[in-house]
Amino acid sequence: MNIFDILGPIMVGPSSSHTAGAVRIGLVARKLLGEKPVFMEMCLHGSFADTGEGHGTDKALVAGMLLMNTDDERIPHSFDIAKQENLQIIKCVVNLKDAHPNTVLLKVCGENGTKLELVASSLGGGRIKVYELDGMKVEFTGNYPTLIIRNLDKPGPVAHVTARLLENKVNIANMQLYRDSKGGYAAMVIESDDKISKDIIDDLQKMESLVKISYLE
Amino acid sequence: MGLTSVKEFIELSKSKNIPLWQVVLESDCDDTGITKEESIEKMTLLWQTMKNSSKSYNKNDKSASKLVGGDGGLMQEYILSGKSISGGIIPEVIKEALKMGECNACMKRIVAAPTAGSCGVLPAVLIPFQKQRNISDEEIVKSLYVSAGFGQIIAYRASISGAEGGCQAEIGSASAMASATLVYLCSDDSISDVADKCANACAMSLKNLLGLVCDPVAGLVEVPCVKRNVIGAVNAISSAEMALAGIESKIPVDEVIDAMKEVGDLLPSSLRETGKGGLAGTVTGQQIKFMMNNI
Repeated sequence: MNIFDILGPIMVGPSSSHTAGAVRIGLVARKLLGEKPVFMEMCLHGSFADTGEGHGTDKALVAGMLLMNTDDERIPHSFDIAKQENLQIIKCVVNLKDAHPNTVLLKVCGENGTKLELVASSLGGGRIKVYELDGMKVEFTGNYPTLIIRNLDKPGPVAHVTARLLENKVNIANMQLYRDSKGGYAAMVIESDDKISKDIIDDLQKMESLVKISYLE
Repeated sequence: MGLTSVKEFIELSKSKNIPLWQVVLESDCDDTGITKEESIEKMTLLWQTMKNSSKSYNKNDKSASKLVGGDGGLMQEYILSGKSISGGIIPEVIKEALKMGECNACMKRIVAAPTAGSCGVLPAVLIPFQKQRNISDEEIVKSLYVSAGFGQIIAYRASISGAEGGCQAEIGSASAMASATLVYLCSDDSISDVADKCANACAMSLKNLLGLVCDPVAGLVEVPCVKRNVIGAVNAISSAEMALAGIESKIPVDEVIDAMKEVGDLLPSSLRETGKGGLAGTVTGQQIKFMMNNI
């Protein structure tokens, strides 16, 4: 561990897993949504459901959706701020199969009608992992610039995307491929060392058999 | 790769003839590629944030569960009454530990050191101590590197997570870090002697809290976590006092850390942050949990 993992992070309490981690999950959802949210439903699982209220997990998730960071002193008041910003919130408890104890299923909707659904867990010390995105199994931490591309399961998209990244000298740190069925929907999750510019993403939007691109800077 | 044993840590200080804080700074810059100036700037921000957290304390704040809040204020009144048994810096340290633990429970901004639950230990000793001895911020920032160095080794060999190793891994580690830091700040010995004494302080404070279980009532970072910050801080002072007096730990510090790991592994899961055993499992602990689930 780096010495600033030992001392730090600077965060709003009380718990790095139930508060700071939850802020980060909300923030990842907000960035993936890419627009101002108008609706969010948070379904809390396991320890998030049992002790979430006392740890401010719900407030933390909302704070993240409002683009607050883990050290933002407005976190305790996020519900009031959400009201001012016309963000409608629904909270419920859910029992997800085989999920980590600190897990949430988030369903969000943006002002332009974009919808997003994700399942993410807080693993301790503020570290998080996203396990499901719009019903597709994925796995990423949000620590790197992350490009998530959903496409039809056909030959070509991986070569197309990686070629664009190569042309722009973007180094891939991790890459995973998923699909729901042969010839069905597929997803690639690319974590990169370098930021991916808007130009590259706009260019990728034109790709044949593309379903959706999400980018997390 | 950071530091992995106290033995190596101390030998680096002795062979290079540089103080412990500098060993940590250099090792971190090598590992992460940031400059010394950037690193010191980050550490300074942590120290400023610790002081600001203490200032942000309001004795009228209560946590969401209403289980904690106000004890820092009670301690302050008690100090002002002049009736303290120990006097001197100790009641101030107790007060600071309570304040910081309560700030965390009340969703204020804190510095995890090494965790949010144990965030009160280091500032509890450093804030009153800085005032008492008129120590500069620069010197305190240097001492935080000593603290981070010992913490890094504990995290590598054992754990700093209550869910993994029990409270000994959180408050125990925070206490060990704080006590080495205090020795660094107080000792006027040679670089080599200071390093040895810091290691002894770290060993003794960890030993004294070995076996401490993580048993938070209703799973919240409140009871007994806030008050455990007090024992972590006071234990740091007593161990630092012993080390400065020249008292040594009979068991070398790396072996103490390894023992902490072994004890943590042996702890049943009910005593590792699950909110089931220990104080969480008492009749009152269960009642509090029941009431909280039915509000």
